[in-house]
Amino acid sequence: MSGLSAGVRLAYYEKKVCILERHTTIGGLNSFYRLRRRNYDVGLHAITNYAEPGTKRGPLSKLLRQLRMTWEDFDLRPQLRSSIVFPGCRLEFTNQFNDFVQQVAEAFPDQIDGFQKLVERIAGHDALNLQRATVSARQVVSEYIGDPRLVDMIFCPLMFYGSATPRDMDFSQFVIMFRSIFHEGFGRPFEGIRLILKKLVRHFRSLGGDLRLRAGVSEIRHREGRATSVLLDDGTEIETDNILSSAGAAETMRMISSQQPPPEAVPGDISFVESISVMDKQPSSLGHDQTIVFYCDSPEFHYERPDVPVDLRSGIICSPNNFDYSEPLEDGRIRITALANPHYWMNLPEEQYVAEKDLWNQRIIASAVQHIPDFREHVVDTDVFTPRTIRRFTGHLNGCVYGAPDKSVNGQTELSNLFLCGTDQGFLGIVGAMLSGITIANRYLLR
Amino acid sequence: MTADQIRQVILDILERIAPDEDLSDLDDARPFREQMELDSMDFLDIVMELRKMYRIQIPEEDYPHLNTMAGTVEYLTPLLKDVAVSA
Repeated sequence: MSGLSAGVRLAYYEKKVCILERHTTIGGLNSFYRLRRRNYDVGLHAITNYAEPGTKRGPLSKLLRQLRMTWEDFDLRPQLRSSIVFPGCRLEFTNQFNDFVQQVAEAFPDQIDGFQKLVERIAGHDALNLQRATVSARQVVSEYIGDPRLVDMIFCPLMFYGSATPRDMDFSQFVIMFRSIFHEGFGRPFEGIRLILKKLVRHFRSLGGDLRLRAGVSEIRHREGRATSVLLDDGTEIETDNILSSAGAAETMRMISSQQPPPEAVPGDISFVESISVMDKQPSSLGHDQTIVFYCDSPEFHYERPDVPVDLRSGIICSPNNFDYSEPLEDGRIRITALANPHYWMNLPEEQYVAEKDLWNQRIIASAVQHIPDFREHVVDTDVFTPRTIRRFTGHLNGCVYGAPDKSVNGQTELSNLFLCGTDQGFLGIVGAMLSGITIANRYLLR
Repeated sequence: MTADQIRQVILDILERIAPDEDLSDLDDARPFREQMELDSMDFLDIVMELRKMYRIQIPEEDYPHLNTMAGTVEYLTPLLKDVAVSA
């Protein structure tokens, strides 16, 4: 989506743009597929940074302006309500930030003053200043909040929805995530991510852009510090003046042909297994009206690559049905996502892989139904993705979802006309990915 | 183009960049930024739209001339005097 957004900007200003995608369909980490006559979304649980149509400020409004697209193009419907559930404590939140403040005040009366001061600190923080030094978000938050459980409950959704680093985040990333999830909130188009992707592609092509699927780049050729052409998997060579890569930092470095091995960027290893259940009932008819439930069953929240195949102690339960649509979705869906060990899933022999997927799917659901009504007897179809699935379809090493722990915020590489955009450039989430493509295109290719 | 035509061109550009803004009461003497949400990214889009439409290059040191509608029209008038209105 970062590449498509960059492509729209460049094509709009009459640059000759060709977007190359190895997969048979668009979207990368946020995509869609059809399986046994049903539509599925990948990646997207919800779009963060929700804003009411017509809002003049904020990331979503900026994004639409830059792309010359309309609020109707994205058709975002707001969430109903979401919650963060820890042992003995639950905090609900909506797209109205005051609801969350009130929940914190009720559940943690002795912490609310500190929480309010933290909110002021966040409001005054310039998170987009790329010159700022890295600061531990946990350290900053602990200055304001003394109860470690509240600290963990605030971090849980923010890390689950965007942290490339285990255990802690940079404070600027924390601020971006806090605003995008708690202040702005969640939305989803009725038709899912495919709506936005298809609109983007149509827009790109109408501006004269060229999008090629099944066209993976195997090599970036260069001379005297400048990229000169890309070599495709099928042997085609395309000459170019500039390259913008959304393939990931480490993944892109590996494409640079060189006598010496290229400098090794370190890929991240935070990845997930997701269980997707299709039901013959709407979740609300079982009494479940939450949009997203972030749960943690252990006293402390552990956001890191687990030593076991799947970390069952915490997870995210998303029901795409529970947004404020004008009509219900065709069938009920429950998606449950939990941290996984990429190395375990990559190395299994195929037969065992299939069996393990099934086994861990059942375990993930069993831990999730402690927090939502037991939906298992209504399941009519199931799909599961693992880090291996993510690597297969996106090429991201380790099946990594939020990119490398070290972001290359200026987007530059060792080649003067090769730039990075997307999750490894630094902005998070779907809106972040799109803004990343726009920012890098503006800065280097449109000036 | 006349000054009035140039003003309309700028209004059309602003309308494209910021479709959620109401521009009917725009005060030509006051900075755009005091009257609408316009950040540096949007501002650069005005420059790039003009380049795309009329092939004019505006050097960065001249950007302060474009802070208000009156300043923009005055700055563009000599540059666009022999140019026809484009669709």
